[in-house]
Amino acid sequence: MTKKNQLTKESGLSRRSFLKGVGLTSAGLAVTSGGEIFAEASGDASVKIISPGGATITLEVNGKKHQLKVEPRETLVEVLRDRLHLTGTKIGCDRGACGACTVIVDGKNVTSCLMLAIDAEGKSIETIEGLEKEGELHPVQKSFIEYDALQCGFCTPGMIMSSKNLLDHNPSPNLADVKHAVRGNLCRCGTYPKVFQAVLAASKQNKGE
Amino acid sequence: MNKFEYAMPQDIPQALSSVQHSGAVFKAGGVDLLDLMKEGIIAPSRLVHINNIEALKVISRTKDGGLALGANLTIAEIAELRELSGAHQALPQAAGSTATPQIRNLATLGGNLCQETRCWYFRDQNFSCSHKGGSQCFALQGENYYHALFDNKSGCVRVNASSISIALVALGAKLRITSAESSRDVSVAEFLVAPSQDIEKTHILERGEIIEAIILPASKPHQRSFYYKQKEKQSFDWPVAEVAVSWVQKGGVCENPTVILGAAAPTPWRSKKAEAVLAGQKITKKLAEKAAQAAMSEATPLSQNANRAKVFEAVIARVISWAGGVDPLQEGK
Ligand SMILES: Cc1cc2nc3c(=O)[nH]c(=O)nc-3n(C[C@H](O)[C@H](O)[C@H](O)COP(=O)(O)OP(=O)(O)OC[C@H]3O[C@@H](n4cnc5c(N)ncnc54)[C@H](O)[C@@H]3O)c2cc1C
Ligand code: FES
Ligand code: FES
Repeated sequence: MTKKNQLTKESGLSRRSFLKGVGLTSAGLAVTSGGEIFAEASGDASVKIISPGGATITLEVNGKKHQLKVEPRETLVEVLRDRLHLTGTKIGCDRGACGACTVIVDGKNVTSCLMLAIDAEGKSIETIEGLEKEGELHPVQKSFIEYDALQCGFCTPGMIMSSKNLLDHNPSPNLADVKHAVRGNLCRCGTYPKVFQAVLAASKQNKGE
Repeated sequence: MNKFEYAMPQDIPQALSSVQHSGAVFKAGGVDLLDLMKEGIIAPSRLVHINNIEALKVISRTKDGGLALGANLTIAEIAELRELSGAHQALPQAAGSTATPQIRNLATLGGNLCQETRCWYFRDQNFSCSHKGGSQCFALQGENYYHALFDNKSGCVRVNASSISIALVALGAKLRITSAESSRDVSVAEFLVAPSQDIEKTHILERGEIIEAIILPASKPHQRSFYYKQKEKQSFDWPVAEVAVSWVQKGGVCENPTVILGAAAPTPWRSKKAEAVLAGQKITKKLAEKAAQAAMSEATPLSQNANRAKVFEAVIARVISWAGGVDPLQEGK
């Protein structure tokens, strides 16, 4: 066997792991699925390894801690919606392209369909459900209602999270800033002009103008 | 997605040993990896999560005044990095126009460079294409508007997806690649693999090798650079054409130009023809147009993408003008 063949046979992202046609199920999945964390020796330290069956983690969502067992392959949006029943966050494309699943993690907006839940442990997660405080909607939410910035509403939670994230970092955005901030949020109903108006108005309300 | 086990190393040696496991791959931001797994294109049995490794997030000066950027810095961080203004601005320009704000907060420099092509035949598990070890390139006779305009005669007409790589090649950047045994510096141009070299490979990394940092050479006095991506929609999009250039400009005269095209070939396409037109000349709108024509005279369009060669010609001329401080939209010369 040539050196090249040996390497590609072995290496992860290569010939062997490209699944051809319907051969998907044959992908080397011979791993235990019991839920456990084990350690693998590496030099003088050991590396934490979570088995495919998953492990119990703590997720802090909207200031509340939840303990639950997740498999490494579960995405954050799946856990939020299916396990914590926080169904405000939507799944559109499930591939990072539409922004319907946008949540804020440690002060940054991210697509939760491309983030593993396990990676969100120890971080602060904000979802649309957490914006209302003591019965009061967030200024961006109020403004979306006032300016009629939604039609079907499917993109709206993600759109609001990106807008809220903008105002958290820049309380006085201009139109260009707002457009920039919601670039990753697609709206099939084409509500963009109203979204821009609503966010600009919310920034003024925030400052009591 | 398939089931997998999840290794969480804290440092580079741990990462290198955890990836020795068969079926293991590194995962940084996970943006491309999870996408490929959801599509059933790959099914690794272990992901080695390298995002907790502090050493991969460091920014430091190199001995000769260059900049070493840790592979795990996010695209958002690169877009905002103050040290990268001026001569190196092509890099933050490329980072700032990559993907969406949400993706830029997850995606990393290293992952961006290693990402797979966006070719829809490659990314569809029903097509056993030559880049996946199959016997044919479906794009050659298929939907190929976004496929290669250059270097498209070797049985796979994919284009390289990394916008970051275009800017890095223009700036002459290198990658520090580390294994348990050694460390080597490789230019970004040599890192990416064309179908003529190995049709199934995208880059030269082998199991047990990690990109530790991206090394930018110290900028030269009077060096400038520029990157621009032409998209179909303004908000965010993959490129129809993208161009990065860099050179030293004294008294308006261009020295040592690099002109790199992205979304044009399986690897960043260096246009020596355009560079030859620019070298030693004063940058004008006319000269920029001449260089753009020279660049595209070498194109070998596929059945559907000749129109994109025209778009490229316009974008190359503009980017050269912008870099040279000339208004590309002015009338006349
Ligand atoms: C909607 C959308 C639009 C996009 N638009 C663009 C665009 O315009 N331009 C563009 O360039 N990209 C674009 N992308 C792609 C995106 O930028 C990449 O998928 C992302 O940068 C990958 O980085 P990551 O850290 O998530 O990599 P991962 O998915 O974690 O890894 C990708 C690959 O890199 C390997 N890897 C990662 N880090 C290292 C390391 N340090 N050493 C060795 N191997 C490593 C992994 O093993 C894997 O094979 C877009 C993506 C989406 C979803
Ligand atoms: S569902 Fe996550 S971006 Fe579309
Ligand atoms: S309101 Fe319908 S998708 Fe935006």
